[in-house]
Formats: sequence, C-alpha cells, structure tokens
Amino acid sequence: MHYKGSGNGASPLGLKAAAAAVLFFLHGPVWIILLYAFTTDEATFSFPPPGLTIKWFGIASQRNDFWEALALSLRVAATATTTAMALGTLAAAAVYRSRFFGREAISFLLILPLALPGIVTGIALRSAISLANIPFSLWTIVVGHATFCVVVVYNNVLARFRRMGSSQIEASMDLGANVFQTFRHIVLPHLATALLAGGMLAFALSFDEVIVTTFTSGQQSTLPIWIFTQLTRPRDRPVTNVVALYVIGITFIPILLAHRLTMEREETA
Amino acid sequence: MSILDTKPVSVSKSSSYPALAPSSSQRVSTYIYQRPWLIMILLLGLPLFWMIVIYLGSLATLLLNSFYYLDSFTGLIVRQFTLRTYANLMTRANLDIVLRTAGMASAVTLSTAMLAFPLAYYMARYASKRIKGFLYLAVLLPLWSSYLVRVYAWKLILAKEGILSWFILQTHLDWLLNALLSAPGIGGPSLSVSAIGIYIVFVYVWLPYMILPIEAALERVPKSLLEASGDLGARPGQTFRRIVLPLAFPGVVAGSIFTFSLTLGDFIVPSALGNSSFFIGQAVLSHQGTSGNLPLAAAFTVVPMAIMVLYLIGAKKLGAFDAL
Repeated sequence: MHYKGSGNGASPLGLKAAAAAVLFFLHGPVWIILLYAFTTDEATFSFPPPGLTIKWFGIASQRNDFWEALALSLRVAATATTTAMALGTLAAAAVYRSRFFGREAISFLLILPLALPGIVTGIALRSAISLANIPFSLWTIVVGHATFCVVVVYNNVLARFRRMGSSQIEASMDLGANVFQTFRHIVLPHLATALLAGGMLAFALSFDEVIVTTFTSGQQSTLPIWIFTQLTRPRDRPVTNVVALYVIGITFIPILLAHRLTMEREETA
Repeated sequence: MSILDTKPVSVSKSSSYPALAPSSSQRVSTYIYQRPWLIMILLLGLPLFWMIVIYLGSLATLLLNSFYYLDSFTGLIVRQFTLRTYANLMTRANLDIVLRTAGMASAVTLSTAMLAFPLAYYMARYASKRIKGFLYLAVLLPLWSSYLVRVYAWKLILAKEGILSWFILQTHLDWLLNALLSAPGIGGPSLSVSAIGIYIVFVYVWLPYMILPIEAALERVPKSLLEASGDLGARPGQTFRRIVLPLAFPGVVAGSIFTFSLTLGDFIVPSALGNSSFFIGQAVLSHQGTSGNLPLAAAFTVVPMAIMVLYLIGAKKLGAFDAL
C-alpha cells in the first residue's frame, strides 16, 4: 500500500504519515467509547451524541449483574495468574538449567494453547468436562485460563534467566548456601520483576478472555461474557458503554505496569 | 551452563566444615543436588502434568468425541466409534462455512501484513529510542487488552447512525457506501451487519499481532546489507524488494500464524457483526450449545486444528519461530 513509494534511504515522510495513520487506526476507536459513555442517547449509537451526561456511571454502579460478573472475573484472573506463575517459572527453570531431550518440545507444547484457535482449547476442555461429568465451577474456568497463561510467564522468566548468567549462583553455592537458600536469596530477587511482569500480562489476558470461557463457564457469567451478551442482544446500551470503559481501565493498568517493570530492568542491566 | 550441571564437589566439602553442621534442610538440599534427574522431575513434573494430562488429554477427548455421534431420535450422544459425524461434516453447507472462514482468514492476514509493514518499518529503521519505546507500548496495549471492548467500539463506529455513516454523509460519499453494501456476498443492511464489517474488525483486532514479529524481523536486518545493496547500484525500490522484503518474510509468516489462527477460531466478531452466514467458530458454538451435538462440534474443530498444524510445520520450515 503506502510503503511502496517510500523505500529506505528516501525521505521517510510518506512512511511517517503511513505509520501515523496505522497508529491512529489502532487507537482512535477506543476513544469513541470514552465519548459514548457520556451520551444521553440510550436507544441508538447516534453520532454526534445529542447531549452529554454522567448519570450512566451511577446507574451502572447499581447493577448487581455487573458487580457479580466483575467479582467472578477478578477471582478467575487472580487464581489463573497464580497458577500460571508457578507452572511457568518451574518450566522456565527446567529449560534454562539443562539441555535435555525435548526442550524444544516443551516450548512448543506451552505455546500451543495460544497458537491454536481459542475455540479448539475451549471445545477440548468442554468435551473433557462432559466426558468426566465435572460440574461447572470457578475451577473449570481457571483451568482453561491458566493453560494459555503459562506461556506468558514462561517466556518472561526464561528471558530473565538467560540474562542472569550463572556466576552469582555459583558464588552463592561456593560460599556454602544450599539449594533453597540460593533460590530464596539469589534466584528469586533476580526473577522478581520478570515474574511480576509475566503475571500482570497473564492477568490482563485472563481478565479479558471470552472464547475459552464460553465453553468452560456453564451458567456463570464473567465480565467479558456479560459484554458479549450485550453485543449480540443489546439491551442496556448506556450501561455497556460505561462497563466497556471500566474494562479498558482494569486491563490497561497491569499492562502498563508490566511494561514499566521490564523497561526498568533493561535499563539497569 | 549453570553450576548445577557440574559435579557437586563444593557442597560435599563445605558440609565438612565444623561451622556448617548439616541441618535437615542442608541434607535435603545436598540429596537433591547430587541427583540432577531428581531436580528435573521436581521442576518439570507439575508443568508437564498440567500440559500433557489436562491440555493434551482434553485435546484427545476432543478427537474421541468427534468419532462418536448424536442419535437424532433420542438426542443422546452414542459413545461408539463411527465415522458418520465426519460424513455429516462433508455436507455442502458445512464446507461453505469452512471455505468462508478460511477465505476471511486469508484476506485478513494479507491486509494486516500490508497495514503492519509501514509502522513496523518505521519502528525498526527510523524511530529514536524514545519514540520506539512509546510505539512499542502503543502496539502492546491493544494486543494484550480489552479485545471485546475493541470489537464493541466498532459496533458503535459502524452502526447505521454511527460516526462512520455521519462522516460519509458529510463527505458526500454515501453513494460509495450504498454500492458496497448492496454488493452480493459482502454487503448487508448496514456496515455493522455485513461481511465488510467483519473484515474491518478482524483486521483491526489482530493488527498488533502482525506488527511485532515484522518489527522484530526488520530489526535484525543489518544496516550494512542495505548500504552494500545501495553501493552496488540498487535503487531504493530494488533494495526494498530484494533485500528488505525477503528478510522480513519470516516475520510476516510468524505474524500470520496469529492472524490466521485467531480468525479461524473466533466467533465473537462474526456473531457481533454478522448475519446468518456462519463462520467455523459460530458453527462449533451452536452445535455444542443449542443442538447439543458435541460430536459434530468436535469434528468441526478438527478442521482449523488440522489447518493450523500444517501451517505451523510450514512456518517452522520458513524460520518463523526465530521472529516470535
């Protein structure tokens, strides 16, 4: 498309404009939601809005279904993230420690739930749940989320392990610390920010997930499922606009924090 | 290589110092330390159990389910090996769904690659360190967050009374919009209920997944190579076509794994903006949900799975995993 006219070496003005246009395409639509959260129009999505109001924020905060969905989503995300942090760190440590047969296979296995279409993971878990007659609960949702979150933590922690080198571990062991002490005082502080960053990303990923959740939640409604119902059968448009704004806030914060954590580390390293 | 790989000489020595009488945790530590295979089992046991038993096990039950069938009289799933569910899959209507989805995935992949290129190229070649950090975050934020909300934003934008229609009316381009909407196959009553709408939203939501791998691939193109090409008399266009594009290609393939796979398995966007022409995801959802035909839903899922496995093998051959 645009990039053809502006090959390298030539003035990058055309390229700059194209890059800016893509950036606008990427972020413009989200600002629309901010505008619509204040519209007085409650039946359609008319633009420009006929008037502005803040009453929908109050109305949304009185909705029990919203609070219940939010609470469920937060609980699922917290549990799935904790599980993924433990599993991802263990796998990263194993892969970093030694070159064993099937190292590549482990990375491949971990990325599979993200690389395969979400619906595959969803229906696979659904058929396992149905085959084993497991009742739907918080845990059926958590298992699905943790499965595709592991790789996020794994990637972050493995990258940190590789940058850390082994001399400090060697020094610690030479000075008489045992395996547990070395882990507690040397390895863990080194991993902390990478672990935290991976955890934040996993949290955002889980909080936002809808495709796998559709198959593993039964009658329960997480916040994304609540929004999805509104998308296909819009009943409370103004409330949905406000909820959409909340979701943006809740997912942006951990991602910004994760970004900061990894950046700081790179600067000091 | 870590010290843990080498023979544990220092620990057995240190335990002989009187100041360090071996405590029980010390003994456990030494015991573990001297057995590298034990460490591997302790580290890998849980993650492998989770991924193999729970994840691969579920995938296996998915395959198993696809070989069962739904008895249409009793409405019960008959747990008996049969190929009749796959025979059901091969009807004209179902093949249409598969082709429609694969076609959409290809179109979306091509378009995201073209849109991603200028931004990725700018980030890799021209942006200062500060700007690059900012752009990186600007791409990461939509990649990680609020997927549903971003689909919802387009529902607002594309609505008949929404901002895009308003803009089109202001610029007197409504004849173009009407021509597009009345086109058979891709049109509909409004942009928010049409194949064009689905296409736009897919391109929008998966774009970040394409930008990052292309940027990573471009980042690795040495500047000296471009200078050499110029020194040898290639025009900028030639250098771009014959040096930059081939070297960026693994990045495009890596990005396409995501855009293709995500489009194949998505039912949110087509349900939010589509009509009765189903995509694979919707078919799976409705067979599993309303009609309770889990075997057919499972058989349907085997299609994108097979496509993606072939795709991943091809991508590995093209060196796409280095660009992830």
